[in-house]
Amino acid sequence: MNSSEPLSPGDQAAATELATNAKSAGHTRRVFLFKLSLLLNGAVGAILAVPIIGYLLGPAMKKSSSEDSWIKLGPLGDFPEGETRLVNFRNPMTTPWDGQTGDIPCWVRHITGNNFQVFAINCAHLGCPVRWFAQSKLFLCPCHGGAYYEDGSRASGPPERGLFEYEHKIVAGSLMISAGKMPTLAACNCSQPKLTQIQPRATTSAASFGEQRPNEGARPRSNSWPA
Amino acid sequence: MASLRERAIDVYNWFEQRLGLAAPAIEAAEHEVPSNTSSWWYVFGSAATVILVLQVVTGILLALVYSPSASHAWSSLEFLDHNVKLGWFLRAMHGWGSDFMIAIVLIHMMQVFLFGAYKFPRELTWIIGVFLLLLTLGMAFTGQVLRFDQDAYWGLGIGASIVSRVPVVGGALVDLMLGGPIIAGPTLSRFFTLHVFVIPGILLALVGLHLLMVLRLGINDWPMPGRLVNKKTYVQEYHKLAEQTGIPFVPDAAWKDAIFSAAIILAIMACAAWFGPFGPTGQPDPTIIQTAPKPDFAFLWIYAVLAYLPPSLETPVLFIAPVLVIGGMLLLPLVSGEGEKHWSRRPVAVLMVAVIAVTLGAFTSLAMYTPWSPIMNAWTSDPIPVGDLKDRTPLEREGALVLQNKQCRNCHSIGGAGGMRGPALDSVASHMTEDQIIRQVLQGGGNMPAYGNALNPAETTALVHFLLTLRGGNLSPAIDASRKLVSSSEQSPSQAPPKSSAPAAP
Repeated sequence: MNSSEPLSPGDQAAATELATNAKSAGHTRRVFLFKLSLLLNGAVGAILAVPIIGYLLGPAMKKSSSEDSWIKLGPLGDFPEGETRLVNFRNPMTTPWDGQTGDIPCWVRHITGNNFQVFAINCAHLGCPVRWFAQSKLFLCPCHGGAYYEDGSRASGPPERGLFEYEHKIVAGSLMISAGKMPTLAACNCSQPKLTQIQPRATTSAASFGEQRPNEGARPRSNSWPA
Repeated sequence: MASLRERAIDVYNWFEQRLGLAAPAIEAAEHEVPSNTSSWWYVFGSAATVILVLQVVTGILLALVYSPSASHAWSSLEFLDHNVKLGWFLRAMHGWGSDFMIAIVLIHMMQVFLFGAYKFPRELTWIIGVFLLLLTLGMAFTGQVLRFDQDAYWGLGIGASIVSRVPVVGGALVDLMLGGPIIAGPTLSRFFTLHVFVIPGILLALVGLHLLMVLRLGINDWPMPGRLVNKKTYVQEYHKLAEQTGIPFVPDAAWKDAIFSAAIILAIMACAAWFGPFGPTGQPDPTIIQTAPKPDFAFLWIYAVLAYLPPSLETPVLFIAPVLVIGGMLLLPLVSGEGEKHWSRRPVAVLMVAVIAVTLGAFTSLAMYTPWSPIMNAWTSDPIPVGDLKDRTPLEREGALVLQNKQCRNCHSIGGAGGMRGPALDSVASHMTEDQIIRQVLQGGGNMPAYGNALNPAETTALVHFLLTLRGGNLSPAIDASRKLVSSSEQSPSQAPPKSSAPAAP
């Protein structure tokens, strides 16, 4: 690598020069080969990166719809009319080492007849488990105090929207929901809120505290309190 | 004996001839540092390094028993706590070591900032230090996840919910974070990998770089007011100072580091022995929803911030604020790499440290008692104070029952007991009139849900009558001045309280 150093003068200068010429010719060849080897390694690295990145991104590449499937929650008789009950189901996609984490709870609200609503346990704010209070007809979140009305619409607190709702259907006298993925704001496996309730749905816009009274939207419901 | 000594030297030389590590190591240890750096203020970096070693050692020891599988992680921790001799102590050391680590790293950073040590030529040392802070926090979060209990489970849920708010790629990021559709086995495996391989690997490499740079550039000299950093002259000045006042780092300066590190390790051991390990809290069973998840100490302030942000600001703040804060820290030495180092001539720097410390402290202390969280069992556990029921009409007492049954106490305290989500009700009637109370209860507002659907007219009447008796001892009741005008013009006796001298309602 030190062929570029100045030649030492002397008797053997010519011989040295000859040797150096041969050496430098060898040097340029080796530099070329080294660059070639770098190129080769770069190419191998790029090929190697494909399976590695594919493996790493695997979980994000799945279509979310493929993770949802219909799960039986139980016969309709398990859900008395007018009540909201906690129901656990085994997530359709689990690994044998998931243990208890594969059991997912949800809130089933039987409105009337075949009218149901099935809410995810996760608060729409940051995913903490909401609890149902039948007496005050509210879902309350223990983390930051998000509150939802019985139909899952936002009542107060930091959530921007109502509770996540699972798509559901009734097959052969059993309530089934489409579930499989943790509901979050980005990818909720929940259906868009449907008009299952009798009263007009409160608009749950993401209004800030300052802009409007948060519960303005809930006004219609208070007009219809039971006599 | 002499021959034994000679043989030992021979062995040493045999290794040294082949390794050649001892000579440069001794040289590095004995390098000259300005004598004014032999200070008790300069001990935090070495203490953090020593704690890092402690964390690595205790971590490896815990990994001998810990089972990184969602179905067994929690029970393996219980096993460590109760069935493995001194397992609880090792867990406690690792947990307390983590808290001490974060505290020492923050103090170290504050000291470096106040001493202007991030200025030329140590900018990159600071920048690497910022990454070390982030990695330390990453270790704390992933470590909390490995304690696979209820808090860890729901903490992951909070993490996933935050990540899901990232525009466009949020859903994919959640999948990457969880390793599957739900928080389960693959999630724990990922966090185990991060906590045990990925982050420690990067952390150790960067700590090595950080230390090498401290050696290469020399420890920051004690700042003097008026001695400005100039890129052209600083290095020369520093070398002159080191030559004139230089003392060998080992042993002349290092003894303070050694004593402080020993004290910190002792403190960690004392905390571990006295307070014991953290958790695990309940099993990571999502069907047990009777839980109020809370993050570990280092993240409590974030928990508080998330409670107080208005909903519409939450997502922007969550993603813009960290970029600004981290970006600001990274750019700091590049923007102000020269000039004054001494804190007495950098009032903005001192003010920033004070404001940041007070802010973090305030949010952390708020998160210790979470005034924003409803107390889920207050309605059945906190009775109405007897004094508030004495000499009340049956209707008013019925109202007190309604107040309890409708879970009002979960958010409202009376007599100091109950939730703090909403205002205390002890003197509600002294600042709200009957009409205002009725409206507030039925329609909600101001962060209170509407109870129109949950109360029938009889319950509402009883509840409001009880609330009207709550006047904080015997304050004047709130009155509606306009009401009084209307009723007096109609010449009819008013329902409103008779005292005409009462102040008007707000």
